[in-house]
Amino acid sequence: MHKVAADLTRMLGSERVLWEPEHLATYGFDGTPALYAQAGCIVLPETTAEVCEVVRYAAQNKTPIVARGSGTGLSGGSIPVPDCIVLCLVQMDRVLELDEKNLTIHVESGVVTQKVAELADATGLLYPPDPGSMKISTIGGNVAENSGGLRGLKYGVTRDYVMGLEVVLASGEAVSFGNKCVKDVAGYSIKDVFIGSEGTLGIITKVLLQLVPKPQAKRTLLATYSQMDAAAETVSAIIAAKIIPCTLEFLDRITVKCVEEYAHLGLPLDAEAILLMETDGHPAVVEEEANRMAEIARQHGAMEVQLAQSAEEGVQLAAARRAAFSALARVSPTTILEDATVPRSELANMIRFIQQIAAKYEVTVGTFGHFGDGNLHPTFLTNEKNTAEMARVEKAMAEIFDEAVRLGGTITGEHGVGLAKKYFLPRAVGNASLELMRQLKLTLDPNNILNPGKIFD
Amino acid sequence: MATAEELHQAAFQIGRANPEGRHGAANYLKRLDYSVLQQCIHCGMCLPTCPTYDETKLERNSPRGRIALMRRIADGQLDVTEAFGRELYFCLGCLTCETACPAGVRYSEMFEHARADIEQSGVLHNPVRDLVRGLTLRWMFAQPQALRAIGRLVWLYQASGLQFLVRRLKLTRLLPVRLRELEPLTPQVQRSFSDQLIRPVETPANPKQRVGLLTGCVQDLAFSDVNRDTADVLLANGCEVVTPPAQHCCGSIHAHNGELELAKQMARQNLDAFDLKRLDAVITNAAGCGTQLKNFGHLLQDDPVYAKRAAEWSAKVRDIHEWLAEIGIRAPAASIQQRVTYHEACHLCHGQKISQQPRQVLRSVPGLELVELPESTWCCGSAGIYNITQPEMSQKLLQRKLANIAKTGAPVVASANPGCSVQLQAGVRAAGLNVKIAHPISLLAHAYRGGQRR
Repeated sequence: MHKVAADLTRMLGSERVLWEPEHLATYGFDGTPALYAQAGCIVLPETTAEVCEVVRYAAQNKTPIVARGSGTGLSGGSIPVPDCIVLCLVQMDRVLELDEKNLTIHVESGVVTQKVAELADATGLLYPPDPGSMKISTIGGNVAENSGGLRGLKYGVTRDYVMGLEVVLASGEAVSFGNKCVKDVAGYSIKDVFIGSEGTLGIITKVLLQLVPKPQAKRTLLATYSQMDAAAETVSAIIAAKIIPCTLEFLDRITVKCVEEYAHLGLPLDAEAILLMETDGHPAVVEEEANRMAEIARQHGAMEVQLAQSAEEGVQLAAARRAAFSALARVSPTTILEDATVPRSELANMIRFIQQIAAKYEVTVGTFGHFGDGNLHPTFLTNEKNTAEMARVEKAMAEIFDEAVRLGGTITGEHGVGLAKKYFLPRAVGNASLELMRQLKLTLDPNNILNPGKIFD
Repeated sequence: MATAEELHQAAFQIGRANPEGRHGAANYLKRLDYSVLQQCIHCGMCLPTCPTYDETKLERNSPRGRIALMRRIADGQLDVTEAFGRELYFCLGCLTCETACPAGVRYSEMFEHARADIEQSGVLHNPVRDLVRGLTLRWMFAQPQALRAIGRLVWLYQASGLQFLVRRLKLTRLLPVRLRELEPLTPQVQRSFSDQLIRPVETPANPKQRVGLLTGCVQDLAFSDVNRDTADVLLANGCEVVTPPAQHCCGSIHAHNGELELAKQMARQNLDAFDLKRLDAVITNAAGCGTQLKNFGHLLQDDPVYAKRAAEWSAKVRDIHEWLAEIGIRAPAASIQQRVTYHEACHLCHGQKISQQPRQVLRSVPGLELVELPESTWCCGSAGIYNITQPEMSQKLLQRKLANIAKTGAPVVASANPGCSVQLQAGVRAAGLNVKIAHPISLLAHAYRGGQRR
C-alpha cells in the first residue's frame, strides 16, 4: 500500500480510504473526454473535521489534494494529479437547514443539486441554476465551477445564489464566509474568491444558498427558421421588447438532424435553426409575453411558430432541446462538448464561424446552446483513437476560442478551465489578470497542494 | 461432507463452467468490438439511477466505474482480478443505466462479456460455486426434463405439506445459514406445467394472426397458470397460438452468468423449436426472457448457419403487452373492482423500453384502478439469481420496494417477470403484508373469464 494511503487509513479508518487498483481506476477521470490520471488514494470524508485532518496531513507532507464531487466536470478540473489524494466529498451530503423565512438552504457540499432543487420545489421555492448534470452533480462542484445552466439569461448562474461558504483552507483550517443577510459589506467578499476557483484555493465543505419564489406559470414556444440570422434577430427583438424569457435555447442544423434521427419528433430537416423559448412568472404577464414572443418570431421570418397550450404540450416542444446532447453523443465514440461564449449580439456571427471552421478542418460539429446568454455548445463528434482527426479537432477548437475572444467573449462560459483550457487562458484574460490569479493562488496555497496544475501552471 | 476436491470433480463431471481450464485466457472483453467500450463518455448520468451506486456512493459500484474497469482490461492495463469479479457480480444487471445513458452505451453486452472473462479466468473459482454453477447452468437450465423433474420434486415437497411442516417446526434451522435464507425464496410450484395446460396448437373462431408462445423456465414451473392466461388472452384477441410442448431455456441466465457459448446453444435450440416462417410473432410474457430473445440476432450474428434466422427471430419477438398494444386490446366486458399498482420489471422497462403498454393492458380492464407505484422502475433485487448470490443487497432493494408498495395502499401488485414475482411474493409473505402479486395478463384473462372481485 502507498505510504500516504497507509497513513490516512490509520487516521480515518479503512472504510474512508480506497487505494486498490480497482478503485483508483474509477476515480481517474471526470466527464471530460480523453483525460486520465491515477491518484495515490481516494479519501471519502464524512465531516468537515475529517477534511481538515486530511488537508493538514497533506500540508505537512506536501502531498497534492484534488477535491471532487460526482466527477461530472467537462474541463478536467477533478482529474487526479498523479499520486495525489483525491478528496471525494459525496458522502458529505447532509441538508442542514431550509429557512423559509429567509429563503435560504444550508447544505453540505456533497449534496446533489437535484436534491436542493426538489427540496426548494416542495416548499414552493425555486433554486434556479440548472446545469445539465444536476441530477448527479454536487453543489460543492457547482460552486467550485460556478456552473450555469439553461436559465442564465433571466436568473443568472450559481454565483448569484451563493450567500455563504464554509471552506477548508490549504493550512487545514475551516473558515466560514458570508451569512443570510442580503446586504453585507463588512470587508472583502472573500466567498466570491472561492466561487469558480476549481478546487485550487480551498475545499468547499458547506454552502448557504439563496432561493426564490417559484414562478406561478410558464409557457413554451418553439420556432423554426431557415436562416440563423432570422433566429438571432428574433432573440434581439424579444430582448428589445423588454421581455426576459427564462429559456432561450437553440439548435443548429446538424443538431436538428441528429435529434430527428434519434428521437423522431417530426422536426423540419431544412431548418437552419430551432429556437425553444419559455417565459415564466405571473400568469397574466406570462400569457401576454408568450403571445408577444410568438408575434415577434413570425415578424422576423420564422417558418413556423408553435405555442404550447398546456404543460404537457410544453414538455413535448422542449423534447428536441432535451434530446440534443443525447442525440449528438450517440453519433460517434468521442463527444467533446465545448462552451465558447460571446455577447448575445455576436451569436449569429459566432455560429456561422463555427460552421465554416468545421468545414475547413473537415470535422463534424453540432452546435446548440443558450441563445439568451450567448453561451454556445459547439459539440465535436469524433473518435479519440483517430489521431489525425483529433489533431484537426484541436486546431478547429483553437480557432473557435480565438474568435470568441476576438468578438468580446470568452473561452468558457460554464465548464471552467481545468486542464482542458489551460493553454487558452492567457489569451482569454491577458497577462496582468493571469499574474493576479497566480498571486492569489500563492497567498492562499503557498505550498501549491490544492489541485496543482489546474487553470494555470 | 465432501472434500473440496470431490466437489470440484463433481462439478467437472456435469460439465464445468470453464472448459479451457481453471486459468484459461480471459479475452472476451478484448475480442469485443472496441467501439462498444469506447461509447461511454463518462458523463455520470447513470450514477443516480444505479441501485448499487445509490447504496455505496462508490464509483467502482457504478456503471461508469465498471465500464472504466472493463475498458482497462480490454486495453491490457488491468488484469481480470478477484476484485473485478466480485464487482461485476455485485452489479444487478438491471440495465437502468442503459435508460439513463445519453450516449446509447450497450452496457448489457459489456457486462455479459466481462462475466464470461471472469468465469474463464477462474478468479472466483471455488468448489461449491463450481458445483452449484454446474448443476444449475449446465444441467437444470440446460435440459427441460431436468428442470421439470426438479419442479416435480419441489411440488411434492410443497403439496405434501412437508414445506408447511418444515416451516412450522422451524426445521430450516437445521440448514446451513445460506440455505436457510434461500428456503423462503422457493417459488410455489404449480401442479401442472405448461405442456399439460396448453395444447400445441389452439385456434380461436376467426384467427387474424398466428403466434408462437414461449413458456419459459421459472414461468413454466411456478407460473404455468400465467402461460395459460397468456394463451387465453391471445385467443381472445384473435391469435392462433402455437406452443411447442418441449421448450428450451432462452439462455438469459447463461448469458448473464458468464456462459456465452451455452447461451448461443440455447438460442439455436429455441430457433429449431419454432417454425418461424409460419408465425407472425413469437410471444413471451417474461421480461427477463424477452430481452434475451430479442437479442438472438445480435448474439448469433457471426453464426454461419443461424445468423439470418436469428435476425428474423429477433424481429418477430414481442413481449405480450407490446403485442397487444400493437394489435389493439379487445376490452373485456366484465369488470374487476380492484386497486392495482404496477411494478416495472427491469428487463421490460430498461431492457426492452416497454413501460406504457403494460399500463395500457391494466387500464383496459373495466373497474381496475391503476395507482402509480413510487420508484416503479427501481429494481426489486430479484435480478435473475442475484437474490441468491447477493442476499444482503437484494434484501435492501426488496425492503425499499415493499415500502413503496405499502405507500400505494394497493392490495394487488402487477408484475410481468417471474423473477420479480417470486421475490415480491417472498417479500410480502415475510413482511406479513396482505398483498397479492399478479401478472397483468392474468388480470386481463380474469376479466375475460367474467371478472368480479378476486
